[in-house]
Amino acid sequence: MSKENNPSVHIMRSPLGRARGLGAAKHGAAHWWAERATSVALLPLSLYFVVSVLLLKGADHAAMAAYMAEPWNAVLFLLLIATMFYHVSMGLQVVIEDYVRDDAKRLVTLLVVKGGIWVLALAAAVSVLKLAFS
Amino acid sequence: MKDVREALMVGRNSEGKLVRRPLSPHLQVYKPQVSSATSIFHRITGVALSAGTILLVLWLVCAASGDSAFSVIQAFLASGIGLLVLFGFTVALFYHFCNGIRHLAWDAGKGFELPDMHRSAKLVAAGTIILTVAFWVIAFVVG
Repeated sequence: MSKENNPSVHIMRSPLGRARGLGAAKHGAAHWWAERATSVALLPLSLYFVVSVLLLKGADHAAMAAYMAEPWNAVLFLLLIATMFYHVSMGLQVVIEDYVRDDAKRLVTLLVVKGGIWVLALAAAVSVLKLAFS
Repeated sequence: MKDVREALMVGRNSEGKLVRRPLSPHLQVYKPQVSSATSIFHRITGVALSAGTILLVLWLVCAASGDSAFSVIQAFLASGIGLLVLFGFTVALFYHFCNGIRHLAWDAGKGFELPDMHRSAKLVAAGTIILTVAFWVIAFVVG
């Protein structure tokens, strides 16, 4: 932003049009709720994950495969993956929207990050399923 | 002025002349406060944990792809660098966990008074330290 204190406005938009152009808050409440819901779900799931990591410390492949072959472990890991990446996606979205000012750059950054999160989440879920069914 | 958002920062003075409205001061002019520090650290640990998910995915993918790949990642995690990364991971996780509970309490409308907020910040710091120490004690002394 230039610092001259003699500004003039060239935008041919009414204040109402300008406000509408900024986007109506139609999705904000859902985003806020989903962030809280996933955070509450992640309290027990992350503790389960920490315990799993301790149990699998130094484990060989057979021990890891046996752990994921237990249905509850596979289910809890899949729940963790889904909830965690949903939470990550919403958290990073807020961070990107706060710091990436340029509209085009922000859109591209959001798409790249969200696409990457899908890749990571599916890779993790498929790996757990493969171990669970092998 | 072509940016729509900048147009919102323009007002008229008493003479009807267009003037740039004053902006609120930014982060660097404030003295660091408990409230701002815990908030910023919540965001930093959140982003760090997001990056850390890559390591978790790598661990699971290696486990799924077989014996040799899994022994490589397990050896890396047990190495000096691996343990350092995992230590950072646990600090970030336990801080985000504890401070997340603090945020949920605020969402429920509780703990907004300044003394309460300062006390809960101390609890978060203590909880982070206790959980991190407990994790590593269990990992190396008990387990």
